[in-house]
Amino acid sequence: MAAPAASAIDLSKALVLAPPALADWLVILPVAWCLASGAILLMLRKNVRLQPPLAVAALVVLLVLDALLLWRVIDGGPVTMVMGRWLPPFGIAFTVDLAGALFALFSALVALAGGIYAAESIDASGRRYGFYPFLMLLMAGVSGAFLTGDIFNLYVWFEVLLISSFGLLVLGSEPRQIDGAVKYAFLNLIATTLFLIAVGYLYGLFGTLNMADIAAKAGERRGDLPLMTLGVLFVLAFGMKAAAFPVNFWLPASYHTPRIVVSALFAGLLTKVGIYALIRVMVMLFPVEGDELSFVIAAAAAATMIFGALGAIGQSDTRRLLGYLVISGIGVMLAGIAVGGPGGVGGALFYALHSMVVMTALYMATGVAGRLSGAFDLNRAGGLYGRTAFFSALSLVLFLSVSGMPPFSGFWPKVMVAKAAIDIGAWWLAGTVLLTGFLTMIAVGRVWVLAYWRPANIPAAPGEGAPRTSAMLSLSALALVTVLVGLFPDPLLQQVQQAASGLAEPSAYVNSVFPQGAR
Amino acid sequence: MEVPFSLLIGIFFAAAVYLMLSKFLVRILLGVAILGNAVNLLLFTTGRIVREVPPIIPAAFDHQVAVTANPLPQALILTAIVISFSFFAFLLVLSYRAFQDLGTDNANEMRVAEPAADIAPPTGY
Repeated sequence: MAAPAASAIDLSKALVLAPPALADWLVILPVAWCLASGAILLMLRKNVRLQPPLAVAALVVLLVLDALLLWRVIDGGPVTMVMGRWLPPFGIAFTVDLAGALFALFSALVALAGGIYAAESIDASGRRYGFYPFLMLLMAGVSGAFLTGDIFNLYVWFEVLLISSFGLLVLGSEPRQIDGAVKYAFLNLIATTLFLIAVGYLYGLFGTLNMADIAAKAGERRGDLPLMTLGVLFVLAFGMKAAAFPVNFWLPASYHTPRIVVSALFAGLLTKVGIYALIRVMVMLFPVEGDELSFVIAAAAAATMIFGALGAIGQSDTRRLLGYLVISGIGVMLAGIAVGGPGGVGGALFYALHSMVVMTALYMATGVAGRLSGAFDLNRAGGLYGRTAFFSALSLVLFLSVSGMPPFSGFWPKVMVAKAAIDIGAWWLAGTVLLTGFLTMIAVGRVWVLAYWRPANIPAAPGEGAPRTSAMLSLSALALVTVLVGLFPDPLLQQVQQAASGLAEPSAYVNSVFPQGAR
Repeated sequence: MEVPFSLLIGIFFAAAVYLMLSKFLVRILLGVAILGNAVNLLLFTTGRIVREVPPIIPAAFDHQVAVTANPLPQALILTAIVISFSFFAFLLVLSYRAFQDLGTDNANEMRVAEPAADIAPPTGY
């Protein structure tokens, strides 16, 4: 066979011929780094003493990478890298915009705190069964979901983080963990399958999986495509992943069962990936359908907020109480998405970032409190304030932050969402946000009064007099973040508003994937 | 060919949903397996069904000259099969462990994590 004449084919139309700039490698590095270090830790699985320092070092590097990536995105707008030299929309594109970079940075922060906390709280058997490799692979999935610009690739990262979360969830194999894992695993698998169904239809309609391509085509071909059906499927799938009201029962059934640091990581990372994906798809790809569905999302948001907060009030086990608070926070984010606009979506992004830090810290604080007072049950706990005033003060900061009190980080996003809701005349939604803050205050206030103020009911177990150093280190760091963000909200406020307008008007995102309008 | 395939997929989905609504883990597992196959067929159909013509560009051309099979849905399905297979394997082991540890495969009776008799929090200080 004769070789085709080289002059007949212009490769530059199909392939990237110039190698990507060195700085562009930052786009893929967080994922590649997590996969590589996860693989190395897996090989060192039996070396239980080497694992924590190595994993913490790897997570520090991940944090630095994500910070550099965010800095680059703030500096020069969205960045794209295409895999395998194929030009988009054929190659799988990783596109990072401000929203993705912010989420990636905060997720790395949460993971680092979790890695430090786990150094002393996960025992040798937990390490041998792969806590740290699972953590790194979970971070690969989470970072990949935040950074990818391809919707099928997003599905793949969802599955990567899901299978890692299964591994973390059953670490310890107690009957209650198995029970929680059964419900978590089945329902989450169904949710990601729903997502895959939606992706299948999307491919059938558009013939492309590249998000920038879809965003541009959805605007051109709206009207002759059943985009509403697609939108409903995506809202249901991501709502289930994010634990929105009618489809959230897997969360309170499972989040209190694993090791407390695993719960903390799940609360910080998993549901927020669902929220991120919902924002990405319903705000950026299908804004018109997102608008039309806004009442459905708003109703789900209100129910999620109220039932989450009421569920928290009804619990006596502090870990289960926190599971309901995670749900209630998801409601606030959904309310922001439903309201829309830079205020609403920006508020949802801000609240998600706040919630990542604070919910993780709250689970960690509960772990410390449970160890010190010997019980997670509010009927039996008590006397923490008399024993460790500093830890109690940290917990109080977190309690106030989660209920949205100034001057902590929970205050500003709630103000943004409530104000945006009032601006469009949705008084009931703004009122629900405020009422939720009040109910949350009751729930966490009671934890404070019973477990901290009240004199101890039971004598302390021997050898558990003081909190562990690693736990206090990560807890203080996260509490510091919520205080700093609360006191100086301006930098983050500007970034989330810019991220929200970048999602609502994705021309910079599209241009980064298709330079000089080559689509 | 797409219409009969759509009907077939509908039957698959209906069977999967029916099985997953059961409270017994084994039936839910079967439902999940059928659901995975339903989705794979769906992906296959959304790529449009043509005869088995390999998508190979003849020499001396820079584009396809005949209607060929769409390779992308097949790549998607391959990914989805691998993922759903591994998840199914995990769920199978998890269900077996649940049966061993909890002594039941009835989801209604799995109340270890969320006990039926919930302890209410104290009402007073």
